Amino acid sequence: MAKNAQHWEKTRGLLFVTLAIWAVFSMGIFLFGAEMNEVTGPFGYPLTYWFTCQGSLAIFVILIFWFAGRQEKIDEEFGFSEKGDD
Amino acid sequence: MIKGNFIDNLPKVYGIYTGGFIGFIILMAIGEQMGMSAKAIGICFVGFTIFIYALIGWLSRTAQASNYYVAGRTVPTVFNGMATAADWMSGASFVAMAGGIYFKGYGYMALLVGWTGGYVLVATLLAPYLRKFGCYTVPDFVGTRYGGNTARLMAVIVLTVASFTYVTAQINATGTIAAVALDIPFQYAVYVGLVSILLCSMLGGMRGVTWTQVAQYIVLIIAYLLPVFWISNNIGAGFFPHFMLADEVARIGELEQQFGFVKNSAADLATVPKGLAGITKAHSEVNATPWAFISLALAMMMGTASLPHVMMRFFTTPSVKAARKSVGWSVFFIFLLYSSAPMLATLSKLALIDPNLPTGIIGKSIAEVQAIDWYQNWNQANLMFVSDFNGNGTVELNEFFMGGKAVVLATPEIAGLPYVISGLVAAGGLAAAMSTADGLILAIANAISHDVYYKMVDPKAETAKRLVVARVLLVIIGFAGATIAAMEIQGILGSVIWAFDFAMSGLFWPLVLGVWWKRANKEGAIAGMVLGLVSGFAYLVWVRSGGSGFLGITQLTFGIFGSTVSLVAMVVVSLMTSEPSAATQKMVDDSRVPAGTQVISQK
Repeated sequence: MAKNAQHWEKTRGLLFVTLAIWAVFSMGIFLFGAEMNEVTGPFGYPLTYWFTCQGSLAIFVILIFWFAGRQEKIDEEFGFSEKGDD
Repeated sequence: MIKGNFIDNLPKVYGIYTGGFIGFIILMAIGEQMGMSAKAIGICFVGFTIFIYALIGWLSRTAQASNYYVAGRTVPTVFNGMATAADWMSGASFVAMAGGIYFKGYGYMALLVGWTGGYVLVATLLAPYLRKFGCYTVPDFVGTRYGGNTARLMAVIVLTVASFTYVTAQINATGTIAAVALDIPFQYAVYVGLVSILLCSMLGGMRGVTWTQVAQYIVLIIAYLLPVFWISNNIGAGFFPHFMLADEVARIGELEQQFGFVKNSAADLATVPKGLAGITKAHSEVNATPWAFISLALAMMMGTASLPHVMMRFFTTPSVKAARKSVGWSVFFIFLLYSSAPMLATLSKLALIDPNLPTGIIGKSIAEVQAIDWYQNWNQANLMFVSDFNGNGTVELNEFFMGGKAVVLATPEIAGLPYVISGLVAAGGLAAAMSTADGLILAIANAISHDVYYKMVDPKAETAKRLVVARVLLVIIGFAGATIAAMEIQGILGSVIWAFDFAMSGLFWPLVLGVWWKRANKEGAIAGMVLGLVSGFAYLVWVRSGGSGFLGITQLTFGIFGSTVSLVAMVVVSLMTSEPSAATQKMVDDSRVPAGTQVISQK
């Protein structure tokens, strides 16, 4: 059971990191939407505008794949991963 | 041509399908050059795609419960991603989203962030654990985790309220497109749409829906992206719009400054046909308070994680690992369309308001605009309107009105694209509405057939009988949805956003705490679902009947209130009652380990 507890602790740690990044790019930055929009962002779009139509969305895609990879590593470390590939 | 296992051949099958569809578009383009009428092209597009979906639905027929409920748990990650994206992106995403951005700008774009960010919650908090549980439906998880029929039934009720709110809008959208393309009255077109929807799902259940949704995703993404790229090239805005429209966005800002946002008087606005709007908000400026933006995004994200028709897509993957990755693919495929919607809104707006472009109408004389072909067409369809409020004879920014749908539907025509593109867009909108309607109707029917009929009423029922019940329910729910859609009380029932708020009010915390808090028990979950749904609903009624609301929570974000009540009720009641049995706690432990057999063994 100790192994399970350790595995869960690491899993929870990963959850908090992932949710922290999520919270920043889904809500945090928009606290400063007006100020940020004065800055020119990637491809020359106003920065806040760019985040709402490309930036945040792309970050979510990358974040989920990153999370899936990290979680797989944790599962493997404890021998909890499923056999066979997907 | 195709040998061996169907699953191994998926890339080949859908590769051929995509090639065939592109071939069909080219054929239609040639037909147009040779004098095929616009109406014939529309009928061909709608008829051909519906025929293909029905064929896939028939080929996927099954007599096995695991195929019917979870597609045999064999759907590979990438394909499940496409199916989820089609399941997710409704007629509203396809037809209305670009329009929303066009008219409301930044404030509306909270929806883009919310409807993608929610998948981070799905991937981290729920999907892998519910997949390990091995449930067939979302209420199946609630019923097994918390135990007892009351919790299961409550989950079915929340699911039905949320999904049914959503599905009438989708059937309505299917009917609208069928009515225009096939030129039949809306009241009949709704049922044509319904029959097409049922053809996909009735014989094969989740398996049929999965493979038609993949096919529908391919149609809808081609139908969305092709016009965006084409229009961008046509008006000289750049060959890859997503990276090249900064100048156009800046130009719109300048034009807005130059024209100014003139507020129309109430008397003038009364002459504008219902449902049409003018440009009153800046295109790329921040025009919402931080909380208005964040609360809407938050409500949509928590709602995303609570909507059963999305969650059940992740029950179909072969493994827990695959379920996680598949969420990533889903957002990727959704991203392809969502990141294009603002580009389409930009192109559409610039094409219409820039006096330097031949398509621009602001500053032209009223008579000249009224003589334009596309203006007459869309004016007749009640989607466009100009009026000379100030009597100076020319069209001003505040004197041009358009329906939200027109941004997607009419822009190809305005930018001078051939009619074949309009036919393609109709097929895409139909695919988007049908795929979502299919997922929703199946979610409701499966919950009632599996959780109410099989688990509560007749646990000894044979598989064959269960599947008959499931299919009968599918038809009944479909017809109920279509009947309400045909009554056209869309304004009240059609609000897609409400579905998110209902789902999050009732289901978000019972699902999340079911995985992440072992102490959560049956009494707590029931309290959470009942009080969450009731308080959310009460808040909605209160605000709609003139209540002022509090903390800036509006009728679009009432789920924030509902889910907070749900959380508090669930924690308090759980702590006041005894902790779950050792067997239940073991079940939660098992669900947290990907390896091993799934928690529920299904027959």
